Amino acid sequence: MELLQQIFIEPFVLIADIPDLFVQTIWEGFVSGILYALIALGFVLIFKASGVFNFAQGIMVVFAALALVSLHTKFGVPAWIALLMVIGIMGLLAMGIERIVLRPLVGQPDAILLMATIGLTLFLQGAGETIFGGEPQSMITEELGLPTGATDWEVLGGRVTFQHIDVAAIVIAGLMVAGLALFFSKTRIGRALRAVADDHQAALSVGISLNQIWVIVWFAAGIVALVTGIMWGARSDVSFALEVIALKALAVLILGGFTSIPGAIVGGLIIGIGEKVFEVYWGGIFGGGTEAWFAYVLALIFLLFRPQGLFGEKIIERV
Amino acid sequence: MRLKSLVMGVAASAIAVTGTLSTAATVAAEELYIPSLSYRTGPFAGGGIPFANGFADYLNMLNARDGGIGGIKVKVEECETGYNAQKGVECYEATKGKGALVYNPLSTGITLQLIPKAPVDQIPVLSMGYGLSAAAIGEKFPWTFTYPTSYWSQMSSILKHIDANGGLKGKKIGFIYLDVGYGKEPIPLLDQLGPKLGFEVAKFPVGVKEMQSQGSQWLNVRKERPDWMIMWGWGAMNATAIKEAAKIRYPMDRFIGNWWSSAHADLKPVGSSGKGYLGANFSGIGTDYPALQDVIKHVITAGNTQTKAEDVGNVLYNRGLFNAVIVAEAIATAQKMTGKKAISGADMRQGLENFKLDEARLNELGLGGFTGALSGSCSDHEGAGSVFIQQWDGNTFKKVSDLIAPMTDVVRPLLEDAANKYVSDKPNWKGQTCG
Repeated sequence: MELLQQIFIEPFVLIADIPDLFVQTIWEGFVSGILYALIALGFVLIFKASGVFNFAQGIMVVFAALALVSLHTKFGVPAWIALLMVIGIMGLLAMGIERIVLRPLVGQPDAILLMATIGLTLFLQGAGETIFGGEPQSMITEELGLPTGATDWEVLGGRVTFQHIDVAAIVIAGLMVAGLALFFSKTRIGRALRAVADDHQAALSVGISLNQIWVIVWFAAGIVALVTGIMWGARSDVSFALEVIALKALAVLILGGFTSIPGAIVGGLIIGIGEKVFEVYWGGIFGGGTEAWFAYVLALIFLLFRPQGLFGEKIIERV
Repeated sequence: MRLKSLVMGVAASAIAVTGTLSTAATVAAEELYIPSLSYRTGPFAGGGIPFANGFADYLNMLNARDGGIGGIKVKVEECETGYNAQKGVECYEATKGKGALVYNPLSTGITLQLIPKAPVDQIPVLSMGYGLSAAAIGEKFPWTFTYPTSYWSQMSSILKHIDANGGLKGKKIGFIYLDVGYGKEPIPLLDQLGPKLGFEVAKFPVGVKEMQSQGSQWLNVRKERPDWMIMWGWGAMNATAIKEAAKIRYPMDRFIGNWWSSAHADLKPVGSSGKGYLGANFSGIGTDYPALQDVIKHVITAGNTQTKAEDVGNVLYNRGLFNAVIVAEAIATAQKMTGKKAISGADMRQGLENFKLDEARLNELGLGGFTGALSGSCSDHEGAGSVFIQQWDGNTFKKVSDLIAPMTDVVRPLLEDAANKYVSDKPNWKGQTCG
């Protein structure tokens, strides 16, 4: 009886009692969801174009953010120039990955390509720690002109606080998604990319360069990683712990589909808002800490009923 | 990509990352070999690096200044654990045959794995201010030490501080912790002391994957409205928690971190928004100690170190240094007791039970006022040391309290119960009798 009360009555009484907390919870979930979606977007870009599940996306987030902070704080490079330099570094990284890792593995089974990205993860971990050190560093938020501080909204007899950096994260993520959507649908390279995603052989037969497409897509994933690193880093700090957040993107991908950009966004928002609301209003039943498993349980339920995700391409097996 | 491919990839990753990074090295017969289970990589490197530096630098200073301990050089060999219990055990297995005198795992998870191995291999474990609190009972745990104090004693000192600043009775204490063995360690004590001392506890676990995404936990703090918050965090969790606390405008002077949650590495990324944050500590801050000056002169300036000069004197650097001081004192004591220069692990255990670090000795070492007096003992393996409270001023930590002794009368019986419980299902467990 008490359990039923905890599930069906107490959470709603709490929402009615402290409505501003509910609004704040939804907002926090929305921001987290957008940031999860950003990480998932990096996975989607590469999976869409090459069918490779890029295990290294998490470490790319750390690598890009650490490179940016280190260029500014250790080498005195002005923030915006450092940003441009890191974009260049991510471009070089994309070319290096295509030339050294992917090109020799063309035609190999998916498992081999996945293992290659695991190797890439270990390489970037080692290289990152050797070059930048393992200590956590502060993101150069103000130097990049990103807003800090907060605005309070007195509402429903209480207070809802909006961190300016969170608002900036949503605006930047929105612009990035819009830009990528336009790039995919309106440009020649974008159309070529979609062609490669649909059928490698057919794309090759009409003269599309697979190597060039891979460089572009890994570069785009690198830019997404940089933006993600800046936003997550500004909310906490830049350290190798950021890498593990990328694991949350797995659940987002299962929900949204491995090949869909809108899916990454919707999946991210469902997980972000869902896990926050569940933890605050129903977490007590489980002793708290439900965020550690909520996303994966939700993903498992989705797998049972819709294995291709909300927006993924329907799996058709011909026998 | 098929599920099979994913599973194969994940398995390959697990194999790759669990490989030990230690290298085989031959230790000369006339060396005091101290393995350092450190972590300079991974999510917890921010804490692991300064601690490992302080530990190595002090022992290297003794080598450079005094020719070692008792005329024998100390060899410190690091093995990277990544704060991972499995890798920690691999490091232990890879180094124990080289004449290891003592293990300092810097991880409660690794310590829990090594406790049953220590009596078998006759190599003591010094989990300095971490690990299993019940190991404080020397009669039950002859080979494990938690000097200068244990998590349970520390928690009782923090509660005493709260009691002295507005009282405990009728208060709600929020406890935010890393949801691993380390973070959960003081929960049994809180659960037992709550009803006894009349306070309520609200718990907020933080998973390793959520260390940098603690929105929910702090929304729950806002919901529960605790009078005080206590944190048992580590690594990237700490800075994020303090930033989130600032976001919900939780009063910083009512937020106390334990001694692994209040270091420069935690507060520097937070800066002025963490002003007023409190933390427990048992080792000195800064470089105004002759021993620290010797480290700077013989090791830092000489370039025989991985430490950045500006990090010397920071909280975790000095904590690692203090760990090395206890090790060095125990070695020196063992050498005197046995008459041998090259001691064994069993001799080291004797040294850990008999060293004396009183005020006179601290002054002699150039560490006067660095910490409270501490002596080894057969029955008391934690030393029941005191802690002081420090406060972040936006730039560095300042000591703001005298030493606060733990509630030994309350904690000791609970530790004895926990120790009895630990050994109750181990029929071959060997304790010791203390006179």
